[in-house]
Amino acid sequence: MTKAVAPQAKAPKWYSGDDVKPKAAPQKHNPTKLRSTITPGTILILLSGRFRGKRVVFLKQLPSGTLLVTGPYSVNGVPMRRVNQAYVIATSMSVDVSKVTIPAADDSYFTREEVATKTDEDQFFEQGAKSSTVSDKRKADQKTVDAGVLAAMTNPMLKAYLNAKFSLKKGDRPHEMIF
Amino acid sequence: MGFTRFVEIGRVVLVNYGPDEGKLAVILDVADNNKALIEGPDTGVPRQLIPFKRLALTDFKLPIQRNARIGTIKAAAKEADLYAKWEASSWAKKKAKKVKRAQMTDFDRFKVMVARKQKSAIIAKKVAELQAAA
Repeated sequence: MTKAVAPQAKAPKWYSGDDVKPKAAPQKHNPTKLRSTITPGTILILLSGRFRGKRVVFLKQLPSGTLLVTGPYSVNGVPMRRVNQAYVIATSMSVDVSKVTIPAADDSYFTREEVATKTDEDQFFEQGAKSSTVSDKRKADQKTVDAGVLAAMTNPMLKAYLNAKFSLKKGDRPHEMIF
Repeated sequence: MGFTRFVEIGRVVLVNYGPDEGKLAVILDVADNNKALIEGPDTGVPRQLIPFKRLALTDFKLPIQRNARIGTIKAAAKEADLYAKWEASSWAKKKAKKVKRAQMTDFDRFKVMVARKQKSAIIAKKVAELQAAA
């Protein structure tokens, strides 16, 4: 049974032999909304991944909707990296990053170089021994961003704060806590 | 040691449940074995019947008559210096501390953690000195 279609302005002269479903409107890509508590410079607590528990500085939102954050690397070892805002707690503390020059980092900046897949067994083992290296450009960018963020950190306790890991203690109720 | 806080006319109580939670009021009448008539003219507690389960008795008592008027309660509270005495009590201080702790941000908690570490370091150093001297 076909569904009743709303009458059009003018009825067609003939009825199609095949049931043609009306084309769905093309899906539009909605840009991810940034949580209102997250603004450039906000200190975030990472909740997942290798750096979970670390407190980092938010720099900007990338076109894909992920957040660009930095430790800074020289403070707590977190390099510039992308994180999903769902896996982050925004704190009320922030750093003024308006003067920090953020490298033109988009999502392609973070894609790894393709390594040619080798089927040969010897080459496979050889490849396994080799680890990916960080490019000199990334290192230089990290240095400039770190310098800018460190210059903006006016509070003397902030460095130690960013270096400390967050964890829940006995009796902590995260849903009732203020961050 | 017997009891010192009784349900009686003029007893100052702390409301611990409902819309007036955390406010001081005065017992004006005892309706039955479950409810009392209270009012807190200075704390914004309207005159109402309230079950004793929602009240905590304090050490303070105002010399007022049954069903006293607002003005009389206010005058008696002022005469007894009730609110200053309440704020000075350890009960009120503990309550204030709890509120302050709950309002701390993540950075505040970090600062407290650092301060506590510094404090215990000082104490440990002093204890070691005294033990060495003894």
